[in-house]
Amino acid sequence: MASSGIELLLVSLPQLAMGAGQTLAISALGILFATLGGVLYGVLATLGSRWLNILLQVYLELFRAIPVLVWLYLVFFGLPIFFGLSIPSFWCAVLVLGLWGASEVGEVVRGALQSLPRGQREAGLSIGLGGWQLYAYVLLPQALKRMTPPTINIYTRIIKTSSLAVLIGVVEVIKAGQQIIERTYESVLIYGALFLFFFLVCYPLSAASRVLERRWAHA
Amino acid sequence: MNPLIEFQGFNKFFGQHQVLKDVDLAVQAGEVVVILGPSGCGKSTLLRCLNGLEEAQGGSLRLDGQELLGPDTDWRQVRQRVGMVFQSYHLFGHMSVIDNLLLGPLKVQKRERHEAQAQAEALLARVGLLDKRDAFPRQLSGGQQQRIAIVRSLCMNPQVMLFDEVTAALDPEMVKEVLQVIQGLAREGMTLLIVTHEMAFARAVADRIVFMEAGRILEQNHPERFFTQPQTARAQQFLEKFSFVESLPKTLSKPLHKELS
Repeated sequence: MASSGIELLLVSLPQLAMGAGQTLAISALGILFATLGGVLYGVLATLGSRWLNILLQVYLELFRAIPVLVWLYLVFFGLPIFFGLSIPSFWCAVLVLGLWGASEVGEVVRGALQSLPRGQREAGLSIGLGGWQLYAYVLLPQALKRMTPPTINIYTRIIKTSSLAVLIGVVEVIKAGQQIIERTYESVLIYGALFLFFFLVCYPLSAASRVLERRWAHA
Repeated sequence: MNPLIEFQGFNKFFGQHQVLKDVDLAVQAGEVVVILGPSGCGKSTLLRCLNGLEEAQGGSLRLDGQELLGPDTDWRQVRQRVGMVFQSYHLFGHMSVIDNLLLGPLKVQKRERHEAQAQAEALLARVGLLDKRDAFPRQLSGGQQQRIAIVRSLCMNPQVMLFDEVTAALDPEMVKEVLQVIQGLAREGMTLLIVTHEMAFARAVADRIVFMEAGRILEQNHPERFFTQPQTARAQQFLEKFSFVESLPKTLSKPLHKELS
């Protein structure tokens, strides 16, 4: 049994690896867009414009109140119906994870920027820095320490949530595992492998987040 | 000669509350004006309006003849000509001293690095901190940080310097080193607007004292006249509060006869 289990894993490895590649690709792209969008969100939210803040609040609440799964269905099935736009399921998953992640990362960036003393902004303005220079040279570098640990935690959630993509037909690591189970009925072994996969990807991230949080606690 | 700075009928509100009322103030180039007044009288707000950190609601404010209260004002240009130093220094904590000093000259004024760096180092030497060139703000005392903050403004080659209670957050023994730097600038003929609670310093450094209360200028006078013969009852009261400690009568000691008898 033990040897046949290992044999099965070895035989299934290419298929699992294909799925894992999809999972990692969706996650990496989602994380990329979540980060870029989150920084943009955080900057926009601290400009002090009332209309912009209302707009961002609506965006945030839409992603907080509606489950990611519903967003996936909305984008995957809704876009073709309402806008005649058909996006491959892989990119639907990236889009939804990116938008959802951006709202989460954005709130972290906003909080980190707002926790800086107001004098930093004024000192930057008083030497003639323009808007984007103020953020690029003074505010964002100082907010970085405060926002990095919680942002890494959001990254692990994005990776785990990417498994929902299976429901719009992406053959990511879980779907690949299910296909193997349908063929071999070795559910414990395969889910064990999946367990190990997600743990090995996410644990180093959350450990890094904890270390950074401790190291920068006094900064 | 036209004044370098001129407030006319200047008004400023925070919501419903009017913090500056019809302020008229003209400052000549090279003049050192110290603004005194009780907390909340609007003196800091007046300085902040001159730097565009607060927006005014009415009247006129001219710098070198150019009207600043209008939608066309390029505050980034104005701020390079009007340096400001704050109570809590506000150095950029993630940058070394020299990077703090060079940020404006390099990124805003697009100057040559070697030229800007030479100026920054000369100014650092002048305030006695050249050896702190590569230190980070958190490694410096309050007095050192404040002197660096002054140099950071000076590196922009401003026409005017604004000092907003720059010694209020410092320990007494550090006040002196900062005041000496400001006095040096005054001697060189730089135009200075100073808000402070250091009365002896105000008297020593000012060409003119401006006394404010509740958003208005109540009195403007030569420092000797202001401190010896204030023209308004309110200024007199204000000065009495500061001289109170000096003239405090000695607490009477317990009668000695108990020990003697």
